[in-house]
Amino acid sequence: MNLGAIDPVLLIASLMVAATPIILAAIGELVVEKSGVLNLGVEGMMITGAICGFAVAVESGSPVLGFALAALGGAAMALIFGLLTQYLLSNQVATGLALTLFGLGVSAMVGQAYRGIKPPATTRIDMGPLSDIPVLGRILFNHDWMVYFALALVACVWAFLKFTRGGLILRAVGESHDAAHALGYRVVPIRLLAIAFGGACAGLGGAYISLIRVPQWTDGMTAGAGWIALAIVVFASWRAGRVLLGAYLFGGITVLQLNLQAAGLPVPVEVLSMSPYLITIAVLVVMSARQRGAAGSAPAMLGRIFHASS
Amino acid sequence: MKRRTLLGATAALAALATGAFAQDKPLKVGFVYVGPVGDGGWTYEHDQARLKLIEHFGDKVETVFQENVPEGADAERVMTQMALSGAKLIFSTSFGYMDPTINVAAKFPDVKFEHATGYKTADNVGVYSARFYEGRAIQGHIAGKMTKTNKVGYIASFPIPEVIRGINSAFIHAKKANPDVQFNVIWAYTWFDPAKEADAAKALIEQGNDVILQHTDSTAPQAAAQAAGDVITFGQASDMAEYAPKPRVSSIIDNWAPYYIARTQAVLDGTWESDNTWDGIGAGMVGIGDITDAVPADVKEEALALKDSIADGSYHPFTGPLKKQDGSDWLAEGETADDGTLAGMNFYVEGLTGEIPN
Repeated sequence: MNLGAIDPVLLIASLMVAATPIILAAIGELVVEKSGVLNLGVEGMMITGAICGFAVAVESGSPVLGFALAALGGAAMALIFGLLTQYLLSNQVATGLALTLFGLGVSAMVGQAYRGIKPPATTRIDMGPLSDIPVLGRILFNHDWMVYFALALVACVWAFLKFTRGGLILRAVGESHDAAHALGYRVVPIRLLAIAFGGACAGLGGAYISLIRVPQWTDGMTAGAGWIALAIVVFASWRAGRVLLGAYLFGGITVLQLNLQAAGLPVPVEVLSMSPYLITIAVLVVMSARQRGAAGSAPAMLGRIFHASS
Repeated sequence: MKRRTLLGATAALAALATGAFAQDKPLKVGFVYVGPVGDGGWTYEHDQARLKLIEHFGDKVETVFQENVPEGADAERVMTQMALSGAKLIFSTSFGYMDPTINVAAKFPDVKFEHATGYKTADNVGVYSARFYEGRAIQGHIAGKMTKTNKVGYIASFPIPEVIRGINSAFIHAKKANPDVQFNVIWAYTWFDPAKEADAAKALIEQGNDVILQHTDSTAPQAAAQAAGDVITFGQASDMAEYAPKPRVSSIIDNWAPYYIARTQAVLDGTWESDNTWDGIGAGMVGIGDITDAVPADVKEEALALKDSIADGSYHPFTGPLKKQDGSDWLAEGETADDGTLAGMNFYVEGLTGEIPN
C-alpha cells in the first residue's frame, strides 16, 4: 500500500472533471421535475448530445460549435418527449424509458462513421497568474471552460428558482398545474420550455463525455451517467445546491476508489467499486431525512398529466 | 451505414441462395458479442473475422450477430433465439457466456457451439482461446525497459484466469528487464466502459505510472495517455494504430479469422467435433502490432527476438524458477507451466503486490 502516491490536489481537480457531465444532466432534469414533468430519458438525451457534439466538432473543427449543437440535439430529443407527453398525453414514465432506448439506437446509427476518430481538443482556459497559485490554482483555475460553465449554470438555476418571478411560475406549475392554469399561466408551453432546457443540459453533459472526458466516440459511451443524474436529483430533494454536492460526491468517490486501488489499499475491490453509489445515496438520504416539513419533498404534480379540461 | 449495406448484402445473398438452390440452404452462423462492433478492440476483431468468413465462403454461409449482449441470462436468450432461427454454428465470444452456452447447448444437441476463452466443453460445445499471455510477455519487456518511474499501471477487467495470466506474464518479463519495476493494478470490473477506463488511466498516470497496460477493450486509456504526454500504452485486442507512434508503441492483435473459417468448414463437411483450441503467436492467432520508433532500437530488437523465440516454441513465457506471490515454489529451474495450471490460474507470481479480488 502506498497512499502517499495519491496527490489530493490532482484528485480534487479530476473529481471536478468527473462530476461535470452528471452536474449538467442533473441540473437540467431538476428544472424539468420542478415543472412537474418526470423525464426518464436523460440517458437517451445525453448520448444523443454526445454524438451530435462529437460529429459537429469533428466536421467543423470547433468544440464550441459541437457543444452548441449537442445542446440543440438534446433539446430536440426532449421535445419529442414533450410533444408526446404534453400534447398527446402519453404516460411520462413509459415515454421517458422509450426515449432512452431511442436515443441509444439513434446515436449508434449516426455514430458509425465516427468510430476511432479523435475530436479537436478543447483548450484549457488560460487564467494567467491565477493558475500558478499553489494548490488552489491547480484545483480551481486549471480546467476547460465547460467545468466553469456547469458551475455557473447551477448557480443560475438556483437563483432563477429562488428569486425570480419566472422561477416562481415554474414551481407553481409543478406544485399545482390546475391552480396555475386557473391563474392564467400557460402550463403546457411552460413545461415544454423546461423539457427543452433539460434536454439541452443533458446534451451538453453527453458532449462533455465524448469531447473532453474520454474523448472519442463509442456506442453507449455514457454508460449509465443519465441514470445517476436522475437518482441524484431525487436524493438531492430537488435542490440545486445539493445536486452539486451529490455530483461531486459521486464523481469524487469514483475517482478516489480508482486511486485507492492503484495505491493498493487492502480493501476488497468489490467494496470500493460500489462505494460511489452507496455513499452518495446514503449521504443525500440522511440529509433529506433530517429536513423538517415538506420543503424537501417532490413537486406535487411530478409525473401527472395535465389537460385543461380536467 | 457500412453495417446496413452489409446486412442488406447478406440478406440479398441469402435470398439468392434460397431462391436458386432451395434444397441447399446456406449454413447459418451466429455470433454473440459482448461489446459494440465499433469498440475498436475485442469485439471489433471478432467482427472482422466474421466478415472474412463471409468473404471466404460467399453464399455458402449466412451470418447473424448480436452486439452488446450482457453476460448472463440475456446471453442465454440471445443464443436460444439464434438456435431457434436456424443457426447451426454459434460463436459466443466472451468468458461470461460460458454457463449460458453450456445451458443452451444442452437444449439444442444439433447446433454446434464455440465458446471463446472458457474451459467448459460438451459434445456440441468446443472452446477456443488465444495465448494472449505470449503477447503480454513482449509488452512486459518493453514496459520494463521503457518506464522511467519504475511504475507500471495495469487496467484489469475481471479477476478471471485469462486476465491474471496476462498480469503475471507481463510482470515476469518487466521484472527481468528492470528488477525495480512495480505494478499497480486497477480492477475496472468492466470489459467496456470508456469513461471508467479513462478515469482509471488518469488515476494511474497521476500516481506516477508512466506505462499503462490495459485488459479492457476501448481506446479511452490511449486517449488519456496521449493527453497526459509522456506515457506509453499498448493496443489491446486490436491494433489501435490511430494512437501510434505514441502513446501506443505496440499492440496485441487477435486474429480469429483462420479459426472461424476452419470450424465453419468442419461443420459444412460434417467433421466438426468438440475441441479445445489454444493457439498463440506461433499459429498466428496472436499478432504483435508494429513496434513504433518511440521504442529505442535495441529494446525493439530484444522484443522481436523474444517474440521469435516464443513463436518457434524455444521459449515459454512461464519458465521456472518462479514462485507464487506467497513465496511458495511454483516452477523449478527450467520447468515450464502446464496448460491446466495456466487455464485455471488464480494466483499472482512473486513480486506483485495487492490481492486478486474473489
